[in-house]
Amino acid sequence: MSTLMTYAPAFPELLLAVAALLFLMLGAFNDDNDKTGAFVGWLAIAAMIAAGALIVLQPADTKSLFNGAFVVDQFARFMKLLILGGSAVAILLSFDYLTAKGLMKFEYPILILLSTIGMMMMVSASDLISLYMGLELQSLALYVLAAMHRENVRSSESGLKYFVLGGLSSGMLLYGASLVYGFTGSTEFSVIANIAQSGTAAGNIGLIVGLVFMLVGLAFKISAVPFHMWTPDVYQGAPTPVTAFFAAAPKMAAMGLMMRALGSAFPGLEAQWQQVIWFVSIASMLLGAFAAIGQNNIKRLMAYSSIGHVGFALVGLAAGTQEGAQGVLVYLAIYLAMTLGTFACILAMQRGQDMIEDIDQLAGLAQNNLPMAFVLAMLMFSLAGIPPLAGFWAKVYVFWPAVKAGLYPLAIIGVVASVIGAYYYLRIVKIMFFDEPKEKFAPISTNLAVVMGASLFFIFAFAIPQLGGPIVSAAEAAAKSLRL
Amino acid sequence: MNVETSPILSIITFLPLLGAAFIAFLPRNAGGDRNARHTALYTTLFTFAISLIIWINFDPRTADFQFVEEMDWIGPFKYKMGVDGISMLFVILTTFLMPLCILASWESVKIRVKEYMIAFLVLETLMIGVFCALDLMLFYLFFEAGLIPMFLIIGVWGGKRRVYASFKFFLYTLLGSVLMLLAMFTMFSVAGTADIPTLMQIGPTKFSRDLQFWLWLAFFASFAVKMPMWPVHTWLPDAHVEAPTAGSVILAGILLKMGGYGFLRFSLPMFPLASQDLATMVFTLSVVAIIYTSLVALAQEDIKKLIAYSSVAHMGFVTMGIFTFQQQGVDGAIFQMLSHGIVSAALFLCVGIVYDRMHTREIAAYGGLADRMPIYATVLMIFTMANVGLPGTSGFVGEFLTLLGAFKANTWVAFFATTGVILSAAYALYLYRRVVFGTLEKASLKSITDMTPREIAIMAPLVILTIVFGFYPAFLLDVMAVSVKQLVTNFEAAVAHSTALAVP
Repeated sequence: MSTLMTYAPAFPELLLAVAALLFLMLGAFNDDNDKTGAFVGWLAIAAMIAAGALIVLQPADTKSLFNGAFVVDQFARFMKLLILGGSAVAILLSFDYLTAKGLMKFEYPILILLSTIGMMMMVSASDLISLYMGLELQSLALYVLAAMHRENVRSSESGLKYFVLGGLSSGMLLYGASLVYGFTGSTEFSVIANIAQSGTAAGNIGLIVGLVFMLVGLAFKISAVPFHMWTPDVYQGAPTPVTAFFAAAPKMAAMGLMMRALGSAFPGLEAQWQQVIWFVSIASMLLGAFAAIGQNNIKRLMAYSSIGHVGFALVGLAAGTQEGAQGVLVYLAIYLAMTLGTFACILAMQRGQDMIEDIDQLAGLAQNNLPMAFVLAMLMFSLAGIPPLAGFWAKVYVFWPAVKAGLYPLAIIGVVASVIGAYYYLRIVKIMFFDEPKEKFAPISTNLAVVMGASLFFIFAFAIPQLGGPIVSAAEAAAKSLRL
Repeated sequence: MNVETSPILSIITFLPLLGAAFIAFLPRNAGGDRNARHTALYTTLFTFAISLIIWINFDPRTADFQFVEEMDWIGPFKYKMGVDGISMLFVILTTFLMPLCILASWESVKIRVKEYMIAFLVLETLMIGVFCALDLMLFYLFFEAGLIPMFLIIGVWGGKRRVYASFKFFLYTLLGSVLMLLAMFTMFSVAGTADIPTLMQIGPTKFSRDLQFWLWLAFFASFAVKMPMWPVHTWLPDAHVEAPTAGSVILAGILLKMGGYGFLRFSLPMFPLASQDLATMVFTLSVVAIIYTSLVALAQEDIKKLIAYSSVAHMGFVTMGIFTFQQQGVDGAIFQMLSHGIVSAALFLCVGIVYDRMHTREIAAYGGLADRMPIYATVLMIFTMANVGLPGTSGFVGEFLTLLGAFKANTWVAFFATTGVILSAAYALYLYRRVVFGTLEKASLKSITDMTPREIAIMAPLVILTIVFGFYPAFLLDVMAVSVKQLVTNFEAAVAHSTALAVP
């Protein structure tokens, strides 16, 4: 019994892994139809909630397992809760769409479950091997999900594109990791950190090159410029609920992995990696702002928007301080809520059986369906960072540490990019509120309405101390446990 | 109930929001629309009544912040509200104008009435919040959030080019404000507090001259756009022309005042050295604004556009007055803002009255209204005169005091600014002659009716206040005197302190 209890910090992951295998059996020995798929979907959500409860119940300390390859601290817990929330809501969002398209297979929730385990591994990894294992477990499930709509050319294309580019990025990451291993002699973050903090680390070319290659691989995963090219195509091609999932949980995990790797493995090399983050951040913010202006497909627009938001989140990381890390975590939590709400609205853009993705078709929504138009408009204002909505607080918490750290050029470019970006968010509001109405959308299903309502509540209520306060302090505790 | 301890500022700030929440649950039909109008009117009237309690209980003998409320907010920021002699009057101005706006939209707004009323009530909450906030982040939150309802008001209920105007308004103002946000972060990092009263105390010494320079510019980017000062005023004529009448009233009456208020609350007390260094630039821009926009106003064919340009000119007097750093100048600037809040609001309401009847704002479409609309002609004349700055109207006091202050500070500035008074008489009287006098020739005007009782009820308080403040300005000046005196004294002390440091 006591042996078992030593693995207690990993119980959430173990629970999900066992659940995934059980559900697989359940699906395989039942009729292969929508009902089984939906049933497994609800079970997967339940498993994720149970795992989340286990995480909340864990004592707030730092535990290391498997010879230091797997670490559970406040940071990991914060990220895991975000990941579980993102995954569970993504499944919730997909029932209606997948049933309508005849895609509600039981494999779908299981794949999401498996990739969720991978993501939880990623944010707990404190060894190059476990880092890579988590990353690949996540990625392989995602490739399949992107291509899930087999008969659809775009879906297959997006799956293939994601696979090829994702494979390339994994290769780069692996190459970087092997260089780091070669020049430090260990895969453990703590050993690497000791060498990185030594005075000669900055002159250790092999280590620096390895670090940069690892950053390139991670930049692919968070879709930061200049490694963003796959994002618009994959977002547009993948089935919409899958896109919602991509925009939510994997982004969290990849950002978490990046922060963990930079904070725990390369603490002495801030001067080196900050330059990279600095550039990637500015490039992402500007590209996200400008490239989204011309988009007419809302999923594609959201892809560029997500690129921009990654840039904003990285502003906090570029500060290289604990407050900056806290800012990134606050940003991720708020972005998760906003992006899931937005995708709930996108999934509600439906006439009969046809999914609408054209932005112009939102015309006059305020007169046909005011609640939905209001939710989407407020989400757009929030994404643009207008107070008092949550998106504003997200920006406050990343730009304030950047200013404090003296990164004025970065901060100024960032806020200017956010003004440029406001234009395309406003355009959606304009289409919904100022233009003449078009044909009505189909009634909104309960699942989507719940997500929309929760998201709306969140973006408004964040300014209330009782809601925003605990999130900010949890992020603070998480950032403290991360050695940044 | 004890006014000193009750959170009265929060009550008047969030009361309109309560009304908006109530309206949101009304049914979407004619009855719902009617109830929405009434709810909005009673909410705003009630808010105004409560705000008067503040005035009654306000102690004009101290420059300290009064009715202060403070509690923890998110992270390091505080929820802190309070008013002094400067901000209190703006709060009253806001609550006073809101019921008039609702009344002015009573019949002219026919579509989406519920949403319209909600937008206005939300806007009221945010505007009052701006003048009460005593924490940097809280101030910014209110300051910026007002963009959302105003964007929707212009865009949904506006005129033909409403989309262009609403985008221009939103993006212009946002660009200015985000730089201010970065400056606020810097102040917070350097001074370690986001508390406005504390920053007013320690700002002058805590921020070095160089830092003050950059902070001042960042705040200026925001306030100059909001004010608006030449050359960043171009959003204003567009926004005014396209906005519905009540939207123009709010824009001219209150939103523009946030810029001037910002200078008084942040730039002068927190960055006195930079204010002193950059006063010449402000003077130049103010004088250019006064003369140039007055000339532009002369050439306008659209009544609303003419008044919009005249607003820019009048705001030029305000910025000039503020940066004289003299008691008279600052007093005059505040008085000018309050007076302009009443007069320009009234002028836009006057335009709205004829627009509702004729659905055009072309000056050429009118003429000889005095025949058919004697009451209207009288009311418009009073406000035209107030706009010109005729002694006996509130417009005179503000202009006179700012010019007096400017004369002490810089004679040439006063000289050029005074030509603006002449120009304003030219365009205002020219407008009045073309619209009201002459023979009534146009067939479309033959059946135009005079003001209805509702319209008279809207205009009556504005007429009375314009004349009362013109004859008895002490009514307002006494309230602000001590706060302004302290502002000027602190400013002079800070400047003297830095000169004393620089000499040896």
